[in-house]
Amino acid sequence: MTVTAQAVRRDAVKAPRRRGGGIAPPWLFAVPALLIYALVVLYPAFSGAGSAFTDWSGVGAQRSFVGLDNFQQLFRDDQALGALRNTLLLTVAIVVVQNGIGLLLALGVHTGIKSRMVLRVIFFAPVVVSPVMVSFLWKYVYNPAPDAGLNAALGAIGLGGLRQDWLGNPSIALWSVAFTVIWQCAGYSMVIFLAGLEGVPAELHESAMVDGAGTVARFRHITWPLLAPAVTINLMLSTVGGLTLFTQIIAMTNGGPGYATDTLSTVLYKQAFVFGKFGYSTAVALVLAIFVAAVSFIQIGYLRSRETAA
Amino acid sequence: MKYKPRTFVLEVVMVAVAIAFLFPVYALVTLAFKDPGQIANKPLSLPDPPSVGSFGEAWQSASLGSALLNSTLITASSVLVLIVLGSLAAYFLARTATRLSYTLYIVFLVGIILPFQLGMIPLYQMVNDLGLLGTYQGMILFYTGIQLPFTVFLYTGFIRSLPADYTNAALIDGASHLQAFAHVIFPLLRPITGTVLILNAVHIWNDFFTPLLYLGGSGRETVPVRVFAFVNEYTSNYGLVAAGLVLAALPILLLFLVLQRYVIRGFASGLKG
Repeated sequence: MTVTAQAVRRDAVKAPRRRGGGIAPPWLFAVPALLIYALVVLYPAFSGAGSAFTDWSGVGAQRSFVGLDNFQQLFRDDQALGALRNTLLLTVAIVVVQNGIGLLLALGVHTGIKSRMVLRVIFFAPVVVSPVMVSFLWKYVYNPAPDAGLNAALGAIGLGGLRQDWLGNPSIALWSVAFTVIWQCAGYSMVIFLAGLEGVPAELHESAMVDGAGTVARFRHITWPLLAPAVTINLMLSTVGGLTLFTQIIAMTNGGPGYATDTLSTVLYKQAFVFGKFGYSTAVALVLAIFVAAVSFIQIGYLRSRETAA
Repeated sequence: MKYKPRTFVLEVVMVAVAIAFLFPVYALVTLAFKDPGQIANKPLSLPDPPSVGSFGEAWQSASLGSALLNSTLITASSVLVLIVLGSLAAYFLARTATRLSYTLYIVFLVGIILPFQLGMIPLYQMVNDLGLLGTYQGMILFYTGIQLPFTVFLYTGFIRSLPADYTNAALIDGASHLQAFAHVIFPLLRPITGTVLILNAVHIWNDFFTPLLYLGGSGRETVPVRVFAFVNEYTSNYGLVAAGLVLAALPILLLFLVLQRYVIRGFASGLKG
């Protein structure tokens, strides 16, 4: 370490402790990133959290402190409560179905089938397309006319009785939106599960097969425990994605019919940019942020313990 | 793995699933090639004869040419700034074991779980006050800030796994820290730089909400914003809308097909660092 010490002196750098031994880079390297991050993320987030307790209209600096009024209003506001309910329902549906399908697809293409590489590309392709365009694609598929899109396909295969106004019927519109998200993102879950599956040593399966373990038993006792990291990532990603869902709703239903597909994100957007109630809007955003943070922490904690237990 | 009868059954099932999965794409693409008469009479058949008239009209009406240019400019600049600033910051964070560097790392990580909706309105005000609404610079600044936590996280994890010896040697040979970083460290970061590039580029290219707010009506709209306006304007002209959607999705899909191995690997590995 004498050489290192001399080098440090020659550079006239005050030597902070250092990972792996050697010369620490100067802290100036982190300054540009930190400044931009503070300006674009940290300051607005704190400022937003603060204005949730005011009656700020968004125009000018005029605002007065109103305590918890915005939050009380939120819990009396049917639109906001409905949006909260929709957000949670959408999130649960997306987390369960998207990851279920993603896992099945991964198991299906992680085999000796000849089309496995092509299928991966097909199932993953929607992930790289803008959610706005995927939403418009599905808006056409969900066309209420009996002779277009999904309804026409149902008619062609003799299931005409299932025809629906997929986005216009308030009791199914939310599920139609959820399905669009699942169609677009199942391939994302699939590639993360695939990365997990590729990390499962083949010898484990072979020796279990010699011991007479069937497909289901091998999945339960070998594959599933070793998939824990992939499960963690997939659950985190889909939960946060579901809670903050916005684009697909604005593009497909704009929250309608009525308030049937409003989520916390669409409500806070409308409150701010349509009704000019910025204080109230940031209160909704704060509730959303607390949900996202709480879910992230619970999932990280729970899944960490599962990973180490497995 | 041997190709057994069971494998064949699975192959058939999976291909059937893929065909069902592709149905919406089939419906959209055939729609784009049909004239209005065919759309009304034969909604699901192949276009016969195919007509390409909608494509030219959609390209014009949605001003896709300039939208692609705007998207390319904003995406490329943001990703470039993210790679430079993110890798530099991560190099400091990964190679310094002080309380300051540890705290800073945590501060950056907070940004990953903080939903951007919380700061959305104050940020909009700030961008407005700075006169950056409707400008490329405003968007580049926004994406740099919003994507830095994730970028720093990926780079820091990767740099920690690298041995420190290389830089020491360079520094002892009299190189400055910046030179050592640029010539020794940065080339070693190629794999993670690839991941950072792919994940950020796909996200920024496809982002909709912020460009809608910041660029709406400025003439500098990105592809998703133009498509949104275009579809809402011609909503009942199905053939035209379909042609516009196909054209708008084509560039990124083609790029994906060319780079599919890297893209899929980037998405699959990026989150684990």
